[in-house]
Amino acid sequence: MPQYHQFDAIVVGAGGAGLMAALHASRSVKTAVISKLYPTRSHTGTAQGGISAALGNLEEDHWEWHAYDTIKGGDFLCDQDAVEIMCREAIDAVIELEHMGLPFDRTPDGRIAQRRFGGHTNNITKKPVMRACHAADRTGHMILQTLYQQCIKQNVTFFDEFQVVDVLVENGVCNGVVAVELATGEIHVFHSKATLIATGGFGKMWKVTSNAHSLTGDLPAALLRRGLPLEDMEFFQFHPTGIYKLGILLSEAARGEGAVFINGKGERFMARYMPTLKDLAPRDICSRCIYQEIREGRGVDGKDYVYLDFRPEVINRYFEEDGNPKRVDAHYLEQKLPDIIEFARVYLGVDPITQPVPIQPTAHYAMGGIPTTNDAEVLADETGRIVEGLYAAGEVACVSVHGANRLGTNSLVDLVVFGKRGGVRMAEYAKQASFRPINYDTAAKEGAAQLDRIRNNNGTERPSAIRKELQALMDDKVGVYRTGAGLEEALDHIRDLQARFRRIRIDDKGYKWNTDLMEAWELGNLLDLAEVTAYSALWRQESRGGHYREDYPYRDDTNFLKHSMVWKDGKLEIRSKPVRITRYPPEERKY
Amino acid sequence: MKVTLKIKRFNPEVDKKPHWESYTVDVEPTDRVLDALHEVKWSIDGTLALRRSCAHGICGSDAMRINGRNMLACKALVKDVAKDGVITVEPILGLPVVKDLIVDMAPFFAHYRAIMPYLVNNDPPPERERLQSPEDRARYDDTTKCILCACCTTSCPSFWARGEYVGPAAIVQAHRFIFDSRDQAAEERLRILSEPDGVWRCRTVFNCTEACPRGIQVTKAIGEVKEALRTGVIR
Ligand SMILES: Cc1cc2nc3c(=O)[nH]c(=O)nc-3n(C[C@H](O)[C@H](O)[C@H](O)COP(=O)(O)OP(=O)(O)OC[C@H]3O[C@@H](n4cnc5c(N)ncnc54)[C@H](O)[C@@H]3O)c2cc1C
Ligand code: SF4
Ligand code: SF4
Ligand code: FES
Repeated sequence: MPQYHQFDAIVVGAGGAGLMAALHASRSVKTAVISKLYPTRSHTGTAQGGISAALGNLEEDHWEWHAYDTIKGGDFLCDQDAVEIMCREAIDAVIELEHMGLPFDRTPDGRIAQRRFGGHTNNITKKPVMRACHAADRTGHMILQTLYQQCIKQNVTFFDEFQVVDVLVENGVCNGVVAVELATGEIHVFHSKATLIATGGFGKMWKVTSNAHSLTGDLPAALLRRGLPLEDMEFFQFHPTGIYKLGILLSEAARGEGAVFINGKGERFMARYMPTLKDLAPRDICSRCIYQEIREGRGVDGKDYVYLDFRPEVINRYFEEDGNPKRVDAHYLEQKLPDIIEFARVYLGVDPITQPVPIQPTAHYAMGGIPTTNDAEVLADETGRIVEGLYAAGEVACVSVHGANRLGTNSLVDLVVFGKRGGVRMAEYAKQASFRPINYDTAAKEGAAQLDRIRNNNGTERPSAIRKELQALMDDKVGVYRTGAGLEEALDHIRDLQARFRRIRIDDKGYKWNTDLMEAWELGNLLDLAEVTAYSALWRQESRGGHYREDYPYRDDTNFLKHSMVWKDGKLEIRSKPVRITRYPPEERKY
Repeated sequence: MKVTLKIKRFNPEVDKKPHWESYTVDVEPTDRVLDALHEVKWSIDGTLALRRSCAHGICGSDAMRINGRNMLACKALVKDVAKDGVITVEPILGLPVVKDLIVDMAPFFAHYRAIMPYLVNNDPPPERERLQSPEDRARYDDTTKCILCACCTTSCPSFWARGEYVGPAAIVQAHRFIFDSRDQAAEERLRILSEPDGVWRCRTVFNCTEACPRGIQVTKAIGEVKEALRTGVIR
């Protein structure tokens, strides 16, 4: 029997964005958080390097510099008013986290320590600036733990290991969600006045990725099915330093502490491409430079990888060459980067203190997602009309503060700033709104039907085989380099996989903890998101930020200084909306 | 290489009691045990149930007993644990098994919640950050690494004997706050931990420290809490 619940505010997702929203919403309205993972298992916990804010604790910095860097890093596709809000409010947000108990590393005088990160600069000298606040290389872990601790203190209600399968959007209003309780297989209908989606990324459509198995884009796919659009889906970030073949991330913090890229000939090649920022150039650029080296035969042993080198003597040699007085030793690196050093030791059997580490770009971050206003309200179309009662924040949302390429440390900023804004706004809304009537039975039946179709399907295809093929295809054709022809092939192939998906068969026909079923359902979501990603990428006939078209190698501001919005209502449709520009006119991106 | 996974299975909708099943899969020696389990699930038997997410030892989802020792399946490499080509996998002990490798974590998290796992500081916050010296910050660094995976608690003989014992993970969490110079609720936490099911149930067997995938000196942290209780001084 389905169960019913009523809350003023429902937050879906318990990562940084969801917990921040829940903390703020629950101060004034009855709030519940629904998450398919235990909150502390959320992928925010894997974030390593830092969260930027222009605190200026170690050297001069200004939030306006942070804003400019973000916009330039985003290749001028960011909505600049949103970026200004984010960078201004980042300062208070980081202080708020500290007050909540976050154990930031400290400067000798006891303030929050900061380090360098790709693309973050002193706008006058153009040199890297220390802006990333950090807790060793487990900043995301500490943010997630701290926010969860505060939620416990504040007695927030949690529905842990409940997976949302549908969002009740009809006639431009949202009245809640439908979820399945994983332990029992029971359907629960959550009736709400305000619903906020904070379900994170969807990188599992690629094979080599830093993303968790659980990042399958369930909610964006559900919204597509409900006739809502997604924004800028062609922009997905490939982080330059994934562990070779595995994709596990080695944070940019390594380069912030002085690590360099080295090719098969032993050259620090970034100095050649980006003479000022070198190894701390933004990620999209570093990833392309790595592939350029590999294509020209300068990968290590002629293979498809290069090295990230953070042996102390190598770091110090290049510090000296760059005129940087700083020096590091093994002990210092072990203190600052304990986790990533351990990742290399455990998964590669390579000790970064004495050996260079083989790396390759890894699918990492969704710049695109559910379109929102600066208060996290979900947009229904390109004209700015909102879906009443529906909000989104964090990686799943597209505000857009990251434009065509996100700068490192800016996701964590995004989570806390827009998570908070969303939580505050949804509570304001819920306080004055009343529950709209919904048909519980229909909602429950439709939710259950989605799953029963898969459970009872009598096909022959194994979902795992389809997933594997999709991931290989996305790595191959919808990766760092793209072409029109390749994208057309990808689209055809994805549609073929979708057809095969309709003929799947799963082994587990039960209800309790049926992970076979949920994985298959998630695969359906990945297929839909892969389709709109390839379609949007085909539409954008230019190269900008993380989207690089070999057949259109330049940025084209005349035709494409705009956001894409894609619908999948039966057939695919793309419209666009202008980029909001305040005080930073588009210019060529040089570092 | 070929490796045989001997897995303790239990499906509450079918089975009366758990039973062992063996599956042979082809994997790379450097693959994770998690990869091998996925290989079983994805190409042999989809009904196998386990929790996992990050796949690199950070989210704490996939604690299980591998060859009789608690580990994260995503942090154990096949080459390191396979004995004569066999790896045995069973759910962690001391918590009710729900299905296959999935246990009911509710009692574990209840213990966690019991020790006030959050910073308490009732002074009005300053405009900027509260200051903390690098030395004061270092004091509780080790215990901030905890990912609540339960490897320690479910390897503890005292916890197996008595599920009401708060267990090492909850004490680690308490330690993280008791020794944070910004916190003001140490006394309250110490009072909770001085109760019969608090720290004194620990018999200093060190299983927990060996099991911790984050390399936390769990037994040392417990010892420091005991010391604080004994002396009334927090150092
Ligand atoms: C390895 C790594 C390192 C990173 N390092 C940094 C860094 O140093 N700095 C930085 O700024 N960014 C970093 N990032 C990016 C950043 O960590 C993420 O973008 C961010 O944490 C996403 O947070 P979120 O709150 O949006 O979602 P997540 O933390 O991913 O949480 C998603 C939540 O949604 C829930 N959920 C998903 N689907 C459903 C469903 N169907 N039903 C119910 N619940 C659901 C999940 O259970 C989870 O609780 C890093 C990312 C990775 C992968
Ligand atoms: S040291 Fe204490 S807590 Fe750890 S396993 Fe032994 S008895 Fe349990
Ligand atoms: S102390 Fe270690 S073993 Fe115990 S829950 Fe924390 S991380 Fe896991
Ligand atoms: S899957 Fe996250 S710790 Fe193993």
